Amino acid sequence: MRICVTGTGASLDAPIDPAFGRARYFLLVDSETLAVEALENAPGAHGAGVEAAQRMAERGVKAVITGNVGPNAFQGLSMAGIEIFTGATGTARQAVEAYQAGTLTRANSPTRGGHGRGLRT
Amino acid sequence: MRIAVASGKGGTGKTTVAVSLALALAETQSVQLLDCDVEEPNVHLFVHPEITAAHAVDKLLPQVDEAICQRCGDCVRACEFHALALLGQHIVVFPELCHGCGRCTLVCPHGAIDEVAHSLGTVETGTARGLLYGQGALDVGEAMATPIIRELKREIRPESTVVLDAPPGTGCPAIAVLRWVDIALLVTEPTSFGLHDLKAAVGVARTLDVPMAVVLNRAGVGDDQVEAYCAQERIPLLLKIPFDRAIASSYAVGIPLVDALPEWRKAFAELEEELRAVMAE
Repeated sequence: MRICVTGTGASLDAPIDPAFGRARYFLLVDSETLAVEALENAPGAHGAGVEAAQRMAERGVKAVITGNVGPNAFQGLSMAGIEIFTGATGTARQAVEAYQAGTLTRANSPTRGGHGRGLRT
Repeated sequence: MRIAVASGKGGTGKTTVAVSLALALAETQSVQLLDCDVEEPNVHLFVHPEITAAHAVDKLLPQVDEAICQRCGDCVRACEFHALALLGQHIVVFPELCHGCGRCTLVCPHGAIDEVAHSLGTVETGTARGLLYGQGALDVGEAMATPIIRELKREIRPESTVVLDAPPGTGCPAIAVLRWVDIALLVTEPTSFGLHDLKAAVGVARTLDVPMAVVLNRAGVGDDQVEAYCAQERIPLLLKIPFDRAIASSYAVGIPLVDALPEWRKAFAELEEELRAVMAE
């Protein structure tokens, strides 16, 4: 199964990026082999969360592991049937291990306000 | 002449300056005062306008007919604001990201997208103390101010001197105002924050090729960095308003500065000639 971890660098040894839509890298990980495809992320000024959700859907990602997810990304990922796990820390590899061990929290709602909404937590 | 009273930083005294400038100029000419800070219009608190006309401002949002849509994704790729996404078997519209440009409707090869009006806010006009008055107001919960500012622009009376209370900051709403004025009067304060945001506003004005001058509010607090910056950049500093309890008190109860302290009328009236001189340079 293909999962995505947000990374501050292009490998599993990079620290996790706490942002989803504006993460520096999307690390697409095969959960069986741990083979990684790193996608650089350079969103425009608008709609980073939606753009990221769209990319996940196009790449057939089944689960996203990140720090926080905003309202548009949450809605987009949910509509695409992609599971969202938030609150991950440490390296991307540790986050994948935590996911496989079942210790990550599944997000049932956005964990922060979106851009321009003044709801930052 | 169209004068935008603008600032990089919020809370520097734009409304104080715009209201007093408009009232002072209105003694000798026809003046229109437009509150373009549509996210938080507050000029009305100082001039108590009588509103005689109002109209709603809409944005056209795409509405996808899922019975016709072939899920090709052309609309998704066409939208640079990512207001549409193809997720699962649905085209999902994110209304607050949509700029209402209609591109998705145009590119849809199947004619599956209609446009439906979505209310964003209102534009109101009237009079206030001999001024022509106009204001825009964004609906609560909406994020897109510029369509309302563009509608307010249509109310401009070319025969009048127009004073525009601009939105703070250097984003789209502020740019929407600055791009159709003759000069920007940038209000700032002598603090590090004031200087930082003044530099941003100066950058925008220069990019748009709008002449500018500075009003220094709360003069006496902070330091002289702003004055040094203006001198170095050759930006005329036309007026200093001191950090003064009487000025703050009148603001707090909605009394324009030139009413509370009439000795200020002359300084504001003289700004017109000074601004014309800056424009002529």
